[in-house]
Amino acid sequence: MAQFRTCPDTGLYFHKSAESLIKVNAVAGVVALLLAGVLALGVVLTRWQGVHLLPADQFYLALTAHGLNALIFWLIFFEIAILYFASSTLLRCRLATPGWAWLGFLLMVAGAIMTNVAIFQGNSSVMMTSYVPMQAAPHFYLGLILFAVGALVGVFVFFGTLVIAKQENTYEGSIPLVTFGAVTAAIIAVFTIACGAIILIPTFLWSIGYIGHIDAAMYRVIWWGLGHSSQQINVAAHVSVWYLIAGVIFGARPMSEKVSRGAFLLYILFLQLASAHHILVDPGISSEWKVFNTSYAMYLAVLASMIHGLTVPGSIEVAQREKGFTKGLFEWLRKAPWENPVFSGMFMSLVTFGFIGGITGVVMGTEQINLIIHNTIYVPAHFHATVVTGSTLAFMALTYLLIPVLFRRQVILPSWAKLQPYIFTGGMTIMILFMLGAGTLGVARRHWDMDFTGALLSFEYAPMAYTLMAIGAAGGVLGILGGAMFVLITVGSLLFGKKLEPSAGLLQSFGKPLAASAYSKVQPERLPMPPKLAWEEHGSAGFEAPGTFVLAMLLLVSFIVYYFINWNYLASVWPLG
Amino acid sequence: MTDTPTNPNEERKERIPALQALIDNPFLLLFIGVAMPTVFYIVWGIMEIVTIPVAP
Amino acid sequence: MTSLMPPAERIWWNVPIGREEIVWIGLALVWCLILFFMMPYWHIYGKQNLSNEAYQTTPAKFGEKVQAGIDQYTVREEVGIPVVHPPAGSDVYMLGRLWQWWPILELEKDKTYRLHLSSMDWQHGFSLQPVNINLQVLPGYEMVLSITPDQAGEYAVVCNEYCGIGHHTMLGKIYVKE
Repeated sequence: MAQFRTCPDTGLYFHKSAESLIKVNAVAGVVALLLAGVLALGVVLTRWQGVHLLPADQFYLALTAHGLNALIFWLIFFEIAILYFASSTLLRCRLATPGWAWLGFLLMVAGAIMTNVAIFQGNSSVMMTSYVPMQAAPHFYLGLILFAVGALVGVFVFFGTLVIAKQENTYEGSIPLVTFGAVTAAIIAVFTIACGAIILIPTFLWSIGYIGHIDAAMYRVIWWGLGHSSQQINVAAHVSVWYLIAGVIFGARPMSEKVSRGAFLLYILFLQLASAHHILVDPGISSEWKVFNTSYAMYLAVLASMIHGLTVPGSIEVAQREKGFTKGLFEWLRKAPWENPVFSGMFMSLVTFGFIGGITGVVMGTEQINLIIHNTIYVPAHFHATVVTGSTLAFMALTYLLIPVLFRRQVILPSWAKLQPYIFTGGMTIMILFMLGAGTLGVARRHWDMDFTGALLSFEYAPMAYTLMAIGAAGGVLGILGGAMFVLITVGSLLFGKKLEPSAGLLQSFGKPLAASAYSKVQPERLPMPPKLAWEEHGSAGFEAPGTFVLAMLLLVSFIVYYFINWNYLASVWPLG
Repeated sequence: MTDTPTNPNEERKERIPALQALIDNPFLLLFIGVAMPTVFYIVWGIMEIVTIPVAP
Repeated sequence: MTSLMPPAERIWWNVPIGREEIVWIGLALVWCLILFFMMPYWHIYGKQNLSNEAYQTTPAKFGEKVQAGIDQYTVREEVGIPVVHPPAGSDVYMLGRLWQWWPILELEKDKTYRLHLSSMDWQHGFSLQPVNINLQVLPGYEMVLSITPDQAGEYAVVCNEYCGIGHHTMLGKIYVKE
């Protein structure tokens, strides 16, 4: 018989097995984030040419490990936790096959450790992309395969839980919007992992000598089905987290279920095509393929992101106006709980993802503009705006919510927690903006030495490039400091945070359920549909959220200006065709 | 069993619009969500590569 | 908390959409279409497009072509690397290998050349600096594109695809003469 406990603060129901699995996956993710952050320090301090900390071999080792721990292990562990939360907890349903979920978790842990061991042994510094014919040790690939299989098991446990919830009738009507966002993430994850299997299994066999040759062009196309789509899992997941936090903090309801779900549907259909962003200057692939795929079939997934960019803050504005914050365009935003890291983290994630990550992503994903951006440091600058200040920041905000709700601990160092999202976002944003600038000056990514020491020929970047990289690196250090604060607060809260009722023991904070008395065998009450609201006019001129609309227009104008600046820049380079 | 506030028969009275029915069906979505990129990105992409002519 | 709860209406699809969202979706959709049609527009009217011309090849076969160009058109040597000055408008060849771009090219301003690129070993990144044109160079594939240097000067080819421990020493050179 399934056992559940209620969170006395939020009324959420936790199935005992699901609760433990959410905890262990989230904790494993934070461990990977910690490792990634330490490595990041080595990376930024080496690219800061004036410091140039690590020797070349250690730099490439650190960069490989940083990429995989941050982009794959941290995010996917945390996303598996989100999937279990969005299915079992939100639908008030027991988790399907907890045994399989544990097996999946163990496979992921084993895989992550194996790949890290391969990298730190020193002969697998092949970058996250491991482009063939450069070869890593066999257990580098094997670890990734195990991790992917484990993640796939987790994704199917999620789908299984949806089936059980439906069969056992644990909710009324359609699934909640947040759960639907998680469905979107899970679907993208299936495609991602399938691509990973298709390309990494032969590559593993090649590394142990069973296959003679892996085609470089083929590898790139299929590998990016993994490499880019895995970041699209993050997008779907962090948009769901935005909706979730808007709901929890403000009691916000989606402005329109149809619009928000329709936008997620556009993600399901088109988001994954953007893997083509990495293939735009590859030989031999036609412009038709490039244009169609890079544009997510006419930018329909960009449309979806622009929709979420309006509806998430819009729903917050409506909720705030209902509470009486109706003065002017922005009282609702000024009087939002900026000292609460759950909100501040979520809102800055939304802004930086949209204004920086989204706009730069579309610009560099334009077929021709990619010619002036491909493999420059502009690329990592872009994706740090999407996965660091976008996904990671959103997940940090969610963690501040989960520490009391899931782990039943009070967050320690509350004044630090209040500051942490600002330090993290501020530092990372400085790094991102200055790296974007350096990329425009042509500085290469994944490159140990801007001075080209030891080269037969010579080349000097513009002096400005050195300045931009130095300021960017200083921002990176600040961002890493913000990340360290997060890990300290999180781990510290789990270990030493004041226990909340029903209380958790030391070990129980991590993986084990809470005290037995917290659980009941009574099936939770069926998740009801909320009462219908009468249409109420809160905004002006028929606009429910006029402030948000102004912000959205600001985004659109920035987008248009920056987009055409880049066309103009492209028009100035050598004609080619 | 928990008591259900609405009668299941009553639920079926009003026809669910096709797109809502699609969005409410995770497995149909899973199918099209995997099929789309597989066809347009992977299969078409591989076709592009294998049809590159051999250098003269 | 309603984003954490089922929709308030069983048939939520038929709930009308607010004016604000409709306006925004309309604006965003128009912008997305502009984003899309800029790419075909530039193919027709723009001057910077990547050709689709490419061939399957082998390092040995491509190496021979590069060598033939060197044998015919070398004008001098620089730090042991041949400097090739091919006739204006002709086919020019450059290869990437650990850790060199080979040979050095000397081109004439405002003349169009067919540049052939391939790799002898791992993947490399052809990054022409400070012009900032970036191309992926793969082993087994010969990419052909026409380039028209429109400014005289000395240009570097930086490798911007990680290719092992000597990656940062991989520099090439292109001269453009008046």
